[in-house]
Amino acid sequence: MTEAGPHISLRAVTKIFPAVGAQAEVHALGPVDIDIVRGEFFSVVGPSGCGKSTLLDILAGLSSATQGKAALGGLPLHGVVPEGVGVVFQQDASFAWLSVWDNVAFGLRRRGAGKAEIQRHVDHAVKFMGLEGFAEAYPAQLSGGMRQRVCIARTLVLEPELLLLDEPFGSLDQQTRLLMGDELLRIWRETGATVVLITHSLDEAAMLSDRIGVMSARPGRFIEVVETGWPRDRDSRIVSDERFGTVTGRLWSYLREESIRALGYSQTSR
Amino acid sequence: MKSRAADIVVLVLGLLSAWQLLSFVVGANIVSPPATTIIRAIELLQSQSFWEHAASTGLAFGLASVIAIAGGVVGGLWLGLRRFAGDVADPILGTFYSIPKITLYPIILLVFGLSLSAKVAFGVIHGIFPIAIFTMNALRNVAPVHRKTARMLRLSPVATVATVLLPAALPEILTGIRIGFAVTLLGTLIAELFASTSGIGFALLRATDVHDVVDILALTMLLFTFAAIVNALLHFLERRIQHRD
Amino acid sequence: MSVGVAGLQVSRTAVARTALILGAFVALEVLCRVQIIDRITMIPPTEMLSSLGRILVTGRFNEDIAFTIWNTMAAIAIAVVGGFFIGALLHAVPRLRRTVEPLLSAYYAVPIFVFYPLLVVAFGVGRAALIAMGALFGIVAMVVNTMLGLDRVPAVIVKTASIMKLGPWLSLVLVRLPAAAPHLVTGVKLAVAYSVIAIVAGEFILATAGMGKRIAFGYNDFDNPTMYGMLLLLLALVMIVNGALSLWERRLHRRFGQQ
Repeated sequence: MTEAGPHISLRAVTKIFPAVGAQAEVHALGPVDIDIVRGEFFSVVGPSGCGKSTLLDILAGLSSATQGKAALGGLPLHGVVPEGVGVVFQQDASFAWLSVWDNVAFGLRRRGAGKAEIQRHVDHAVKFMGLEGFAEAYPAQLSGGMRQRVCIARTLVLEPELLLLDEPFGSLDQQTRLLMGDELLRIWRETGATVVLITHSLDEAAMLSDRIGVMSARPGRFIEVVETGWPRDRDSRIVSDERFGTVTGRLWSYLREESIRALGYSQTSR
Repeated sequence: MKSRAADIVVLVLGLLSAWQLLSFVVGANIVSPPATTIIRAIELLQSQSFWEHAASTGLAFGLASVIAIAGGVVGGLWLGLRRFAGDVADPILGTFYSIPKITLYPIILLVFGLSLSAKVAFGVIHGIFPIAIFTMNALRNVAPVHRKTARMLRLSPVATVATVLLPAALPEILTGIRIGFAVTLLGTLIAELFASTSGIGFALLRATDVHDVVDILALTMLLFTFAAIVNALLHFLERRIQHRD
Repeated sequence: MSVGVAGLQVSRTAVARTALILGAFVALEVLCRVQIIDRITMIPPTEMLSSLGRILVTGRFNEDIAFTIWNTMAAIAIAVVGGFFIGALLHAVPRLRRTVEPLLSAYYAVPIFVFYPLLVVAFGVGRAALIAMGALFGIVAMVVNTMLGLDRVPAVIVKTASIMKLGPWLSLVLVRLPAAAPHLVTGVKLAVAYSVIAIVAGEFILATAGMGKRIAFGYNDFDNPTMYGMLLLLLALVMIVNGALSLWERRLHRRFGQQ
């Protein structure tokens, strides 16, 4: 489905959580204004608690905006998960009671796809994510990184147009993160999907993205959008490019004050 | 695996020796020695009256188990899936669980009279609460990310429960059922101790009245063996289902 | 979500729960008064309460109530203290623990209660058999929870104790015991519950003294007011003790942050 106009469009999107008991209402996000282009790799960075995950929930249709307009492919987002959206969560979402193969096949099976079609797609996804040989294993027998790969495979097999990732590599060590970043770039190129990645790692955002949105402290708004200008066929070795430091430097210059504010430190020396 | 089997052998031998020692110390007319007891147990297994009693207990236990499991699982499911209802019911269920059910026995006798129904009812009130509590908690404890995944995959509510929530909750539900079994048996036996004309509990009571220590111990031993075997089987089933370990 | 009730912030669930309990109470009262439930089976709840009031005020059964309470406290003391030390011992000697483990996990799967006739034969129909049964019933819950609690003490805390040069005893008492507190309290709570069950049940069967005896006599004599009054008293006591222990347990779990 090709649409003229941005894939994702947010205008003054705000999320306010109503008061519960003794807890006052929370203005968690917004107003947020952004357009995300189809096929783009867009990252969101920001201090803790700024509402990044809330933003992702709204984009996925898992939550609806209190105010403002959010649209995906021209159609409004309103708290219902639309077709063609895949999400990889921060927590381990693999189903412990199913083998890797059954995990990946799960979504397709629920959709009622035919046996042969499922076999083809799942085998391809398992191979694509480097899980061959582990197809009959259970998640409990795998490392954290491999389990995330299972979750990614399960999402990919449904061929989403929009892939949302909420700090997917948070629990992994640095080297694994870098390699998983390469994987993600490969997936992005080969599927042509729009990717929105939430991460707290400036390096990761700078390395992977076409554009990076920097969020303010809560309530989160985009204070700046940084363009990297990287070529499409990049991988983790882009970190040695001389412009890489410039990008991360710019990100931190915007982010430092917001982080201080979010952590509740009083501003000391500049 | 090998050391496991060796451990069990050591345990059994240890228990038998402790038993023999106890018998020696307090006298065989209070605690009959293992050998005598085992012989009597074998005799009982060959006697018709024993099997009549066993059948009576078995019937009550079976019925009570079925009702307790069905009621407990369905009730627990309902409470587990509805956050508000679960929150309201949680302390109430906990209180019922910790009430000495023996105190409710007179009420049951008044309602059902001296009958099979009273035995079954008593077994049920023992078993239904842990099963309901465990089932409810099992569903509430399903990681939130699984519910999010189900929504992301756009599953219908029924599919969400059947293909995601229930499988995720199954191990804990089985634990609840295993515990439920044990206390249901306990309840059935206690009911027989009080007011019954048949059943293993009744047989125990009669043996106590005539001070037949050997019978008491033999029946106890058989009961224990039965309960231990059922428990081991259920544990084994739990392990098989949990290949997550 | 809370509701303002007489100036107090009360949660919706508390309101709903109170309404549920009151509703059940009222329904029972109505059913009894209208004789859908006849007097031989059950007396109306309000009469149960007034009977309870009479029992407390006249002090008619104070001896029996005291009997039960003392028995229970003795059994709990044995179960908790004995259970803790056995649990700590098993924790310290893993080989022994592994051997005994199947026995512990099967303990509550088998009807320990059937030992009762044996205890009666050994101790006679006095309080010794009751206390013994109460202690036996409760002790393993304490053992298991002690081991669990000591297991859950994070290794880093034990290492900290070593670095501070505390010997094994001080390490146990000053560091590991407090660190295991949430689970120990759970063990106490279970030991209490099981001991009460065993003792009241025993009194019911033996019917020589205690609250259980009064309930049994009430049943046999068709004296429903006494029977239900005593039942209510027992229920109230159990709920108070259990409630207090649960509160303590919850506070400990909160402070320890779900280790």
